[in-house]
Amino acid sequence: MCLAIPAEIVALEQGDMAVAAVEGIRKRISTALLDEVAVGDFVLVHVGYALHRLSPDEAERTLALMEEAGVLDSELDEMQGGG
Amino acid sequence: MTGDRIDMTHGGGGRATADLVAQLFRRHLGNPVLDACEDGAVITSPGDRLVLSTDGHVISPLFFPGGDIGSLAVNGTVNDLAMMGARPLYLTAGFILEEGFPLADLDRIVASMGAASRAAGVEIVAGDTKVVEQGKGDGVFITTTGLGVVPAGIAPGVTGARPGMAVLLSGTIGDHGVAVLSKRENLDFETDILSDCAALNGLVAAMLAAVPDIAVLRDPTRGGLSAALNEIAQASGVGIALNEAAIPLLPGVAAACELLGLDPLNTANEGKLVAICPADKAAALLAAMQAHPLGRDAAIIGKVTDQAGMVQMTTAFGGARMVDWLQGEQLPRIC
Amino acid sequence: MRYITAFRDGTLAQGLAARIAAEADPARAYHLMEFCGGHTHAIFRYGVQDLMPPNVRFVHGPGCPVCVLPVRRLDDAIELAERHGVILATYGDMMRVPGTARHSLIRAKAAGADIRMVYSTLDALAIARDNPGRDVVFFAIGFETTTPPTAVAILQAGAEGLRNFSVFCNHVLTPAAIDHILSSPDFAPGGLGRIDGFLGPSHVSAVIGSAPYRAAVERHGKPVVIAGFEPLDVMQSVLMLIRQINEGRAEVENEYTRVVTDHGNRKAQALVNRVFNIRESFEWRGLGTVPRSALAIRPDHAAFDAEARFALSDKQSREVKSCECPAVLRGVKKPTECKLFGNGCTPETPMGACMVSSEGACAAYWSYGRMREPA
Repeated sequence: MCLAIPAEIVALEQGDMAVAAVEGIRKRISTALLDEVAVGDFVLVHVGYALHRLSPDEAERTLALMEEAGVLDSELDEMQGGG
Repeated sequence: MTGDRIDMTHGGGGRATADLVAQLFRRHLGNPVLDACEDGAVITSPGDRLVLSTDGHVISPLFFPGGDIGSLAVNGTVNDLAMMGARPLYLTAGFILEEGFPLADLDRIVASMGAASRAAGVEIVAGDTKVVEQGKGDGVFITTTGLGVVPAGIAPGVTGARPGMAVLLSGTIGDHGVAVLSKRENLDFETDILSDCAALNGLVAAMLAAVPDIAVLRDPTRGGLSAALNEIAQASGVGIALNEAAIPLLPGVAAACELLGLDPLNTANEGKLVAICPADKAAALLAAMQAHPLGRDAAIIGKVTDQAGMVQMTTAFGGARMVDWLQGEQLPRIC
Repeated sequence: MRYITAFRDGTLAQGLAARIAAEADPARAYHLMEFCGGHTHAIFRYGVQDLMPPNVRFVHGPGCPVCVLPVRRLDDAIELAERHGVILATYGDMMRVPGTARHSLIRAKAAGADIRMVYSTLDALAIARDNPGRDVVFFAIGFETTTPPTAVAILQAGAEGLRNFSVFCNHVLTPAAIDHILSSPDFAPGGLGRIDGFLGPSHVSAVIGSAPYRAAVERHGKPVVIAGFEPLDVMQSVLMLIRQINEGRAEVENEYTRVVTDHGNRKAQALVNRVFNIRESFEWRGLGTVPRSALAIRPDHAAFDAEARFALSDKQSREVKSCECPAVLRGVKKPTECKLFGNGCTPETPMGACMVSSEGACAAYWSYGRMREPA
């Protein structure tokens, strides 16, 4: 729920603020809910606040799991006696 | 002119009005007809089938990335005529100015109208100016009326779509809406996205030369592509099936819509058109569009079906959804 | 778009669809409730149900904070704007929701009330700074995702001494709602509805973590998979639920590992605890009174609590008769089973919150799914 979009931190500002960017769209957001944020981090942005850092490793892992779940199609075909 | 803002004397019809017309309006829009300063413009009838269109423009903010209320007004009316297959010829422009409106801003707007009308090959031949008290108008409102001529045999219309025909789109959607939203208060975000505000009559002429029996031409403005397609579907008594992957979309527009919870299909355009033509002419039409600067990103985005009133889309993900007709304004959301 | 587009890939979708079809037991039906309205929206917007086998069905849950806000609270917000002369700052989602007698924030604004749509509490604070002589009330709604920003705003207002700022707080809690639904007679054996498992909310969980769902799972024996927001996440989570159900397991699993951890965002949770208390009970549209399911501003921040600063009148708040939002929100009726659906109630002329909110099941059905036979 709640519309939140992964965005890249491209600049840090005073007072718990930062600039987040997606595809060239830049928005000033608050980092008050996170402990440390660095330029280059990806964060989830919701109503103008960074809510959580996004883990690139976990993102890769999840995509790999999804791919794996699908890739056994051909083996399924074989099990079911051919396509 | 004394002072740097519009005041009530500018609308009084006396010397101040005359000065404003001469020194601001005619300076940017001047042409022999307008310069004659008559009460009306005498025009030699250009042909048998005339097309008239009128529009009021109240956009806020007045200036946005890629355009302003002036270029919007000129291009909007030129496009309405072009969608009828007409060659736009003459425009009139009525201004309602709010007391206190900066003359420098008015100058910018009218200069922009001059540039837009020259680019479109039309002349503004008559106009009017009124002034209302401060608080009774949003800076400036502009009403434009346009006159064009359409040759016999050319008759695109909203009722012309038939099952099996191809649906084409001239380029990326949502650019104008995002450009304007980026300037609205409480939403500000930075973007390089520019409004696509442009006159489409040149593109339409090239398209009709390639495929004279284009059945439907429509420019999706407020309400976005979804509104235009639903209007056509309803008027023609047909359905439309779209292929989401084929719809051109700038990454920045996609991102801005994600951020704000908007749907690009419902987001405004000011320089795009939808064309519907027999399927066997689609390739030729697409080629003609892509050869024109305003149609570089043109694509075939779907086809007309016999499911009356249903505008559906196969998503890039693989499932299907309806493309609904938003009657109110799209509002950003948190959920 | 990074970390977005990849999770909408059509080819991976086909693979997952085949896998789900292969593993779903044809002798069973799987009724999976997506709690969160954002998931309802995603399912319809991408047409995810087209990729499901017929025995896997989504039951749409009440996780739409717009939809579950009781009419009385909306009437109160409108009253603040109309009769107390405040500037009411609100998220866009609330503007068109019909309150009593079909009145709404957008209508009140048209009649002259100073109601301003904002994207963020940051904007509401800015309005308060720019208008020191006026009271500015922020209409706070949302589940645990949206609550921390409100907490930050209240603390910020305190730090700045922004005396004219206050919050009308309607934040609600997810695990309590899930527990309440599962405890409802509707979902007991022989009840009106059936739930075999839950798709848990993505971004609520980013804040609260996956741990808080364990109690409900242990109590009711139904699995929960915390699902990411994108359509591939939904499908992967459906697969994980099907596996749990087939194997007779009932656990909290996390599909959305790129953002959700076991403990969530502790800093955000701490800020929320500093500012809010749990209300003993709160009335939810559709679910009735749910104990310990909503938040109120703590007494030490009462200066920023609109309910403490403004005396709100007693009201006879009522919904439209025949509106089936309560049943739709509980997942026991489909939008198409409401007499008013499409029959006076459309997104342009909504009669209940489920049709206004783009996450409401009725709006989703109408806008995206009208061409389908009711499943």
